[in-house]
Amino acid sequence: MALLEVRDLSVVFSRKGQSPFSAVDGVSFSVQPGQTVGLVGESGCGKSVTSLAIMGLLPRRSARVGGSVAFEGTELFSLSDKEMRDRRGKDLGMVFQDPLSSLNPVVPIGLQVTEVLERHRGMARKQARAEATELLNKVGIPDPTRRLSEYPHQLSGGMRQRALIAIALACRPRLLIADEPTTALDVTIQAQILSLLKELVAGTETALIMITHDLGVVAGLCDEVNVLYGGRIVERAERHELFAAPRHPYTHGLLDSIPRLDAARGEKLSPIRGSVADNIPWDGGCAFAPRCPNALRTCVEVTPELEWHEGRLLRCHNPVQPAALGVGSKEAR
Amino acid sequence: MLRFVARRLLQAIPTLIILSILIFAWLRSLPGGPAQALLGDKWTPEKEAQLNATLGFDQPIWLQYLKFLGRAITGDFGNSSVSGLPVLQEIGQGFAATIELSFFAIVIAIVLGIPLGYLAARFHGRLLDNLTVIGTLVGVAVPVFFLGALLKFVFADELGILPPSGRQDVTINATTVTGFATVDGLLTREFDATWDALLHLILPSIALASIPMAVIVRITRASVLDVLDEDFVRTAESKGLTTQVIRRRHVLRNALLPVSTTIGLQTGLLLAGAVLTEKVFNWGGLGSLLAEGIERKDYPRLQALILLAASVYVLVNLLVDVSYAIIDPRVRVS
Repeated sequence: MALLEVRDLSVVFSRKGQSPFSAVDGVSFSVQPGQTVGLVGESGCGKSVTSLAIMGLLPRRSARVGGSVAFEGTELFSLSDKEMRDRRGKDLGMVFQDPLSSLNPVVPIGLQVTEVLERHRGMARKQARAEATELLNKVGIPDPTRRLSEYPHQLSGGMRQRALIAIALACRPRLLIADEPTTALDVTIQAQILSLLKELVAGTETALIMITHDLGVVAGLCDEVNVLYGGRIVERAERHELFAAPRHPYTHGLLDSIPRLDAARGEKLSPIRGSVADNIPWDGGCAFAPRCPNALRTCVEVTPELEWHEGRLLRCHNPVQPAALGVGSKEAR
Repeated sequence: MLRFVARRLLQAIPTLIILSILIFAWLRSLPGGPAQALLGDKWTPEKEAQLNATLGFDQPIWLQYLKFLGRAITGDFGNSSVSGLPVLQEIGQGFAATIELSFFAIVIAIVLGIPLGYLAARFHGRLLDNLTVIGTLVGVAVPVFFLGALLKFVFADELGILPPSGRQDVTINATTVTGFATVDGLLTREFDATWDALLHLILPSIALASIPMAVIVRITRASVLDVLDEDFVRTAESKGLTTQVIRRRHVLRNALLPVSTTIGLQTGLLLAGAVLTEKVFNWGGLGSLLAEGIERKDYPRLQALILLAASVYVLVNLLVDVSYAIIDPRVRVS
């Protein structure tokens, strides 16, 4: 049985006086114990909303959630608020994007770690403090005993993110969701945090959902990658396959827009034109069609379905041909 | 923390000195003067000159100021030109009355204002919230003296359940120790006196609390709404903490930062409202001394009163800064 089974997840935001906005639209994927799955896409593609929906953290008044999320066979959406609280932080841990704003500025780091231990592992304050020291040590924070009584503003960005990871992993959750955990950090720190995450989940039963816009992060970490566009999965493949031969024009564009060290001098970057539209019209053809170099007439008339295509899932009428990859790809446009 | 407090107290000294110069100059630039006010109908230029000489108002302003400063340092603020009594003695009687009233008013404003503001934010956009917002608008808009007179009319004159004026029933015959009627009753174990003083305090302190409470409700509400959107609240939720812990530890503590600043500012403004409230309820605090002092151009009394008010303001804001440093580690000075 899969650890996490997301089926046909949809999230619609509604606000007074505005037309409802569909942020996630029929997303399905599963995560096996110990597996690392990537959710990749640019801002507004629905990747963060997907993770918040799984955690049950979307505002109940403005977000309408549909579909199903089963965790070890239990349907999370049918749990009461209290039952969900009992699981969050214990079975499901989450690391957020901006470590400074994600930590409470007026509460010492120590208490922010121990409160979750006291809540879910029933530890007394003293025992929880000892465990917290241990945890901070494990995530590579030097002098953990002193750090426990310090406040977030006294720690560096990397330290703060390490502290957040320690908090998320404090109760040894079976699933860890990392939402852009390196975006707000310096490049050198990014690498450290990624290898820390890798080290912490490798060889354990803890599964990891890695949410990122950065394919470099995915390349070093994920077993399987889901590429999202406009609230839907457009391509899913095993990591090596995806990088060797991205078939969706969007995935291809994402890979192509990464600056390369081995590129010839003076060669221009190739960005994907345009940006994600506010409300994604999947009902009238492919949402990516207006930005797609491969778009055909069918693309704007018939909405593509997510279908098996040479060993991977693909939502495209006119996928990129493997032969057109690499140097040839630019001429192909 | 001690060094922080000491430094802030030292900073208050130049503030008060500059203020005393301004008051001194301002009072003497007003038309008329104490001599004119005292003489009234019997005024002649000769008599005024003579009286000014007696009171020392014929000397150059700077000399008058230096003399005032010299005496003030030793705690002598001169004698009132109206009653002839030492100003400090005069003020001493009214001071306890005004402080007692203001204290109860600000306590009511805080104790009711913060929970109400919090509840309004929690039920944001719903009936309770809308009622609160409307209520606070009314609270800010209704003048203190009007609300005071209204409360007095309903609860004292019509219903007769609360005393209409004064600080204490004269028949109680309470012993005065500190001048704070409620405290004195406790100290001398005359509990009926404390109870009576409390009954007398209800209406005026509610009237006086109305504006600061409305402001505190609004600031608390806005501040809680802001904090609820913060990332760290989402982190707290992601840890599966109980709602009580999230509210107390993560939301309210952060939301109280702007509220504490507001409380400081409102406490300062309270003194102005106290003058009006005291008038309505015949309270006998500093308000009547101040009003009479302005009317009769009583320089020594006004100087002392304004400086006292300023000192209280400085002190309250020091307390606010200290509370700020307690709540928020980021402003603590190492």
